[in-house]
Amino acid sequence: MAKVIEKAQQEKESLISGSEAIAVACKLADVDVITAYPIRPYDTVMQYVAKLVANGELDCEYIVAESEHSQFEIVKHASAAGARVFCGSSGVGWMYAFEALTVTPALRIPMVAMVGNRALDDPGAFGVEHNDALAVRDLGWQLVWVDNAQEALDTALIAYRVAEDRRVFLPCAIACDGAFLTHSQSMVKIPPQEWVDAFLPPYNRGDLLLHPDNPITVAPQVNEDWLMELRKHNDEAMKRSKTAVIPEAYRDFERIFNRAYGNPFFEEYQTEDADVVLVGMGTLSMPVKVAIRQMRKEGKKVGFVRVRWFRPFPAEELAQTLGRFKAVGVIDRDYSFGSPHMSGVLATEIRASLYPAAARPPVVGFICGLGGREVTVPDVRRMSDMVFKAAAGQAQPPVTWIGIRE
Amino acid sequence: MGRLFAVEIVYRGIFQKNLAKNISRGIVLAAKHDGKTGISFGRYGDSPERNGIPAKNFAIVATDDETLQEGMAKYEPKETDISISVDDTLCKGVESWAWYGLQPINRLLKPNGTLIVTTMKGPEAVIEMCHRKDAPYRLALLTAIPSFSGLWVYKDDHTDVRILGAIAKVLPELLSLKSVEKAIKEEWHDDLKVKSAQKAFERVTTSVVSPQEGNPEKPYEFELPKWYELREGLAIPSIPKGKEIADPVSQQTGGFRPDRNPTFKKYSTRTMRPVVDFDTCVKCTLCWLQCPDSCFDVTPDGYYDANMQACCGCGVCEAVCPVANCITMVNETAFADNASQWEMWKKEKPAYKTWLQEKIQHKPERSHGFWVRGQYEKQVDQMVKDGIVDTGGEAITEKVVTDVGEASAGG
Repeated sequence: MAKVIEKAQQEKESLISGSEAIAVACKLADVDVITAYPIRPYDTVMQYVAKLVANGELDCEYIVAESEHSQFEIVKHASAAGARVFCGSSGVGWMYAFEALTVTPALRIPMVAMVGNRALDDPGAFGVEHNDALAVRDLGWQLVWVDNAQEALDTALIAYRVAEDRRVFLPCAIACDGAFLTHSQSMVKIPPQEWVDAFLPPYNRGDLLLHPDNPITVAPQVNEDWLMELRKHNDEAMKRSKTAVIPEAYRDFERIFNRAYGNPFFEEYQTEDADVVLVGMGTLSMPVKVAIRQMRKEGKKVGFVRVRWFRPFPAEELAQTLGRFKAVGVIDRDYSFGSPHMSGVLATEIRASLYPAAARPPVVGFICGLGGREVTVPDVRRMSDMVFKAAAGQAQPPVTWIGIRE
Repeated sequence: MGRLFAVEIVYRGIFQKNLAKNISRGIVLAAKHDGKTGISFGRYGDSPERNGIPAKNFAIVATDDETLQEGMAKYEPKETDISISVDDTLCKGVESWAWYGLQPINRLLKPNGTLIVTTMKGPEAVIEMCHRKDAPYRLALLTAIPSFSGLWVYKDDHTDVRILGAIAKVLPELLSLKSVEKAIKEEWHDDLKVKSAQKAFERVTTSVVSPQEGNPEKPYEFELPKWYELREGLAIPSIPKGKEIADPVSQQTGGFRPDRNPTFKKYSTRTMRPVVDFDTCVKCTLCWLQCPDSCFDVTPDGYYDANMQACCGCGVCEAVCPVANCITMVNETAFADNASQWEMWKKEKPAYKTWLQEKIQHKPERSHGFWVRGQYEKQVDQMVKDGIVDTGGEAITEKVVTDVGEASAGG
């Protein structure tokens, strides 16, 4: 990181969508191999990548595979051979690639993927739910949620930096809410190439490179006397990602790009003096922030914690932060049928994070905005009212479905 | 708290998808020069790749970031300062893909908001098509035929920038003409387009529409079921088979009218409709067989009556009809209702003949693309010659404009 950064360089503002921002990040990261297979909302990324390639702005192998499974297998192999890779999918397309998704972290492949969050079939629906990306949460994938196009671009660059760090070498999926983020264009600052080059070193696979000069066999069959030790590798890599590599990457990002994200793992909004907070991921931050500003004017001290990194999960940091409040409401844009308290995934993780903590505020769960249904400002106010009641000692149900016709 | 502006662009998929995007992008980029911030997006639930289907794009602009967030916190705007219809047949109301009910074109307009329509008609004819609204609004007309500008196989006709010029006139608080000029230079690098925007600014005509004016029809709408009212397992009941119909004069029953989806009718996709001369019909069945939407009812006397609750206006019936001038496609704006032509003919044949002769004078100004090859290019040249698109007589170049913004997105 000793490179001199050309300070005279300026960022250029462009009116682009979250999907275009991811494609621009691929260009800036000078990705070598990109595979594609269409499914909405991810397919907008492949369209923009194809355009960049056709316009001669991005020099990469661009392969449209015959299915998502092949799409992820191709980049897995290319990455093993030393290529910086990108791919992505949505909903059931991501699920069709599942076998490839399971083998990728085990082989320590630093693939970066975009998941355009989409409801899982059936019924066929385009709208956002987080269950598609969450399906890989136990496998060694790093998972990060963003809430605007600028953050999508920046996080894609950070994802390469983190994933390709030799201490990590784990894949990273950037989850982008379908519609609200993937399909709306806003003003995005596009950094100059020099800054990106200073931030993102070349991908060096070292002794894991699949190359004739480095004779190795990858992915042999093993028995019970080998497997636990190999799983331990991924466990340690995930720990290093959380404790060292992600914080380092954000520090360097702030230094070079002059854009600060503060705590890398979650954003806090108006929490300083809050009595209660809501917690959620992705673009539902917009109605939540608008509602908070309304409620603040009425003297209701409510804040918001937007979780960015879901894997590695910032359990201790969240427990410490959430312990400051009298009650916590967790908004899940997902479901986990039959789970503890029939809750959403995020609420369950937050309850688990809080259990060993000294201060354990009551956690009120909400399931909301499934299939792309709008999370409205009145919805957020209703949820906040329940959390305030919990703070006042009135027990609330562990989970409530909000915005359903009943 | 700052001010929030919302603009919707109602267009026909697939032909006007790029046009609508260019307009909503242009609004955000122009407003930026006036110190505002904004976003541009299409209605995610639409399926704008479908031929002729109504679809929407939105531009949301605010005086500051926090106010913009209020606009971004919604799936789509609940009310608009300006609604734009880039095909006048959309003024009859729109039913987008997977959308329940017919939405009046002016439904989202705030009181005293402005509906901008590109049309060759005068305000009276346009107001007649638009549903009545509780509050008064303004109607701004820009002379033009339905544009395919920006669609990759068609020539640019400057409709995108002409709309921006009109917006600068009707709502200068949103964006100024100066900013429109700057944005056009940056985005399109075309001085001729700047000139077209300036002329549109001068020429757009505005009138006030009162709550008593417009189409009195109550648009159809539906109540969506509660979760416990829906059948489990994603099972939905099929449409019943259909039944015989009755002759309005003899009361004889017979024939067959298929039952149709009561919640999704599709007919707002139509920009033209078939008019049938039953006196020359030879009952060959071809229109009935070939109609992709099964829109023809079989009458008790063996004729085929295009049902206007089901016709999407594709024109296949006219193409396959073996009898000269028996089926003629007519511009949708020439009709006030969806009444049965066969019933009208049965009741009074000479009157029907007169009605038919009058209707078939209204040829479609623009069909869905495949109708007459080269028609569009000729129309654009003619519009410049006629001074409708005023470029000072200078011909619009062959330059094809597609996704200008995307091309530059890579920086």
